[in-house]
Amino acid sequence: MSNLMSGAKMLLECLSREGVDCIFGYPGGVTLPLYDALYDGQIRHVLVRHEENAAFAAEGYARATGKVGVCCATSGPGATNLTTGLVDALMDSIPIVAITGQVATKLIGSDAFQEADTFGITRPATKHNYLVKSLEDLPRVIHEAFYIAASGRPGPVLVDIAKDVFQGQGHYQPVSSIHLPGYKVFTEGHTGQIRRAVQLIQEAQRPLVYAGGGIVAAGAASELREFVELTDSPAVLTLMGLGALPASHPNYISMPGMHGSYASNMALTGCDLLIALGVRFDDRVTGRLNAFAPHAKVIHVDIDPAEVGKNRAPEVPVVGDVKRVLAKLNKLLSAGEPLPESVSASRRDWWRQVREWKREHPLEAPEPSDTEIKPQTLMAEINRRAAGRATVCTDVGQHQMWAAQLIGFEEPRLWISSGGLGSMGFGLPSAIGAQMACPDRLVFAIVGDGGFQMSIPELATIAANKLPIKIVIMNNGHLGMVRQWQTMFFNNRLSGVQLEGFPDIAKLAEAYGFSGCTIERPSELGPALDRAVSEPGPFLLNVKVAQFECVYPMVPAGNAINEMVLGPPQPVAVAAK
Amino acid sequence: MLQVISLVLENKPGALMRVTGVLSQRGYNIESLTVARTLDPEVSRMTIVVDVDATLRQQVVKQMNKLINVLQASDLTESPAVVRELVLVRVRTAQESRTAVLKEAEIFGGRVVDSSTEGFAIEVTGAPEKLNEFIDVMGSYGEIDVTRSGALAIALDARKLKLQPPVPTKAGVKMEETAI
Ligand SMILES: Cc1ncc(C[n+]2csc(CCOP(=O)(O)OP(=O)(O)O)c2C)c(N)n1
Repeated sequence: MSNLMSGAKMLLECLSREGVDCIFGYPGGVTLPLYDALYDGQIRHVLVRHEENAAFAAEGYARATGKVGVCCATSGPGATNLTTGLVDALMDSIPIVAITGQVATKLIGSDAFQEADTFGITRPATKHNYLVKSLEDLPRVIHEAFYIAASGRPGPVLVDIAKDVFQGQGHYQPVSSIHLPGYKVFTEGHTGQIRRAVQLIQEAQRPLVYAGGGIVAAGAASELREFVELTDSPAVLTLMGLGALPASHPNYISMPGMHGSYASNMALTGCDLLIALGVRFDDRVTGRLNAFAPHAKVIHVDIDPAEVGKNRAPEVPVVGDVKRVLAKLNKLLSAGEPLPESVSASRRDWWRQVREWKREHPLEAPEPSDTEIKPQTLMAEINRRAAGRATVCTDVGQHQMWAAQLIGFEEPRLWISSGGLGSMGFGLPSAIGAQMACPDRLVFAIVGDGGFQMSIPELATIAANKLPIKIVIMNNGHLGMVRQWQTMFFNNRLSGVQLEGFPDIAKLAEAYGFSGCTIERPSELGPALDRAVSEPGPFLLNVKVAQFECVYPMVPAGNAINEMVLGPPQPVAVAAK
Repeated sequence: MLQVISLVLENKPGALMRVTGVLSQRGYNIESLTVARTLDPEVSRMTIVVDVDATLRQQVVKQMNKLINVLQASDLTESPAVVRELVLVRVRTAQESRTAVLKEAEIFGGRVVDSSTEGFAIEVTGAPEKLNEFIDVMGSYGEIDVTRSGALAIALDARKLKLQPPVPTKAGVKMEETAI
């Protein structure tokens, strides 16, 4: 079976066969043939207003569904504009495929118009990348790109395609298999190590589950839940793992780390067995590494061998797909003997201690004020309306941390946030991707007044595609998180963080043809959120909040995570127990 | 401490950059790097000598093993291996020292590859430290020019190359269903 077609058409054929139903992109000179092929409507194309947002939208799509997100851009400036999104996807292990056009083969290397060394520039920004100079290679490369993006530890793959490859005519021969002899995907964990893990789990007096984005990527939420219940262990979820265990689950504590809860950080410091599942011991979680979980033996399960032992040498390393490893652990654990009474007694004490920590410093919004809207109150009110089932995309900064602390998720893939790279400008475009992927879902984009202004152009994309996203701007008049650091660590010398000149949001929304408003009084908050949610189309809600709130708890950089600043005005350092 | 890493990699454009990128990203300076085809023209072998913090040695090799184009990366620093290097030295020497230079070259197992009234070009292979000595000795006879190949290493224990088998694509699965 073969058919004569252009390279551009062949590319779309490959994308269709990979199950792609929509791509986010921006056209240009060298991708004209591709856009001509898209004209036929085989695949929906969403025109973003900046290529960086094409990558972020593809990420939003992938994060919401687990499917590979696709974005495309033209050569030169189009491709360079994509790079932040590529690195973002690399840091958070998100499967996306980026297609870029390149100048014609015979012009490559001649400083041709809009030529950039995309292959070179994006090498360290991707899991793998390709330069396609011959039509013959195209189908194989596209299928390899999807396979690499989605398998193992997922990540971004870029395919740079020369213009003449799009234009060339060739016989399409479906590629039925690909061969990447050097690409090792570790799936089954080592049986011996899994047995050792079971033994440590049965002996542990103070076990703690520390789970993250790997659970989400592996689709292992139900295995995680079973594991947590079998071991009756308390659990913390990293920023990337929120929703991997339902927020309402009795064993769930909360997020740990720099802005994690008191109970999570104390539990990490006090546990004698740390069961690390699909996490990478990120510095924002561990604080000062040599004081992290100082009494714990560590079981570390990860699909990426380079993560195991990178920051903390585990007693039991398990390289494998966390879904399969958890299934095996669960099987062994359910067949195991009941715990001896001495261990059970210690476990009860451990739980008593964890509950005590939760009670001492619960992670909840402070009492609402009647003069100003507290940012935490805003998050608590969104939480009430999201009810653990809405998609929440955030930007980066204070609002992101409050949202992570105060909005609960009952399922994975609802919480969409730029974790590893912390890219401002992520919130709005990622919501576009998520809403495209899940048209019937209630999608919030919670953004700061800084990050919002990085993505204002995408309001046009939202308007044009009638995406009913609820955009909530937590407006504190500042680059809040940077302001917080200046307040706490630089004598409150506020430098370069005031955001004067913010636009009138009602007018801005109107200019784009949808509704929006600004509120300031606490009494307006509930009704405004209700209106946003009930509006059939997009809604732009600008919430002026107390300007000088700080996110607590906070672990100052360089501290151990049990050395938290719990609140203003007199910082209280908590000593290790 | 210098680390010797031996890699087997696909002979493809960009593969070399991916490997060196693992090092340059971390600010490591490469002491030497050699690469050439193996018996299979689609596969190259590379030897890198690099000064890496002891704590990061494993990490660097693991990161190299993760690269799609790398079939195998191994740290030979502490395992049984032979490391050899080739040096070409051009020495300008006075008439009266010519015999002495030849004598020294012979001691180092060198071979004269060019001779002129000005001096010699001499080729020596050996362990890198031995070549250092040879270069020092030649330097004492007159002005020298030196080109070194960089270290080549081969493990003495057999390391089986584990290659991954082909995998089916989604396109293949769908192949029967869609007529185009
Ligand atoms: C692209 C980018 N530039 C700079 C930063 C550094 N940064 C981190 S948080 C932050 C402040 C964000 O302010 P805003 O969007 O208003 O959110 P808030 O912290 O007030 O919630 C900045 C500038 C970043 N994360 N990303």
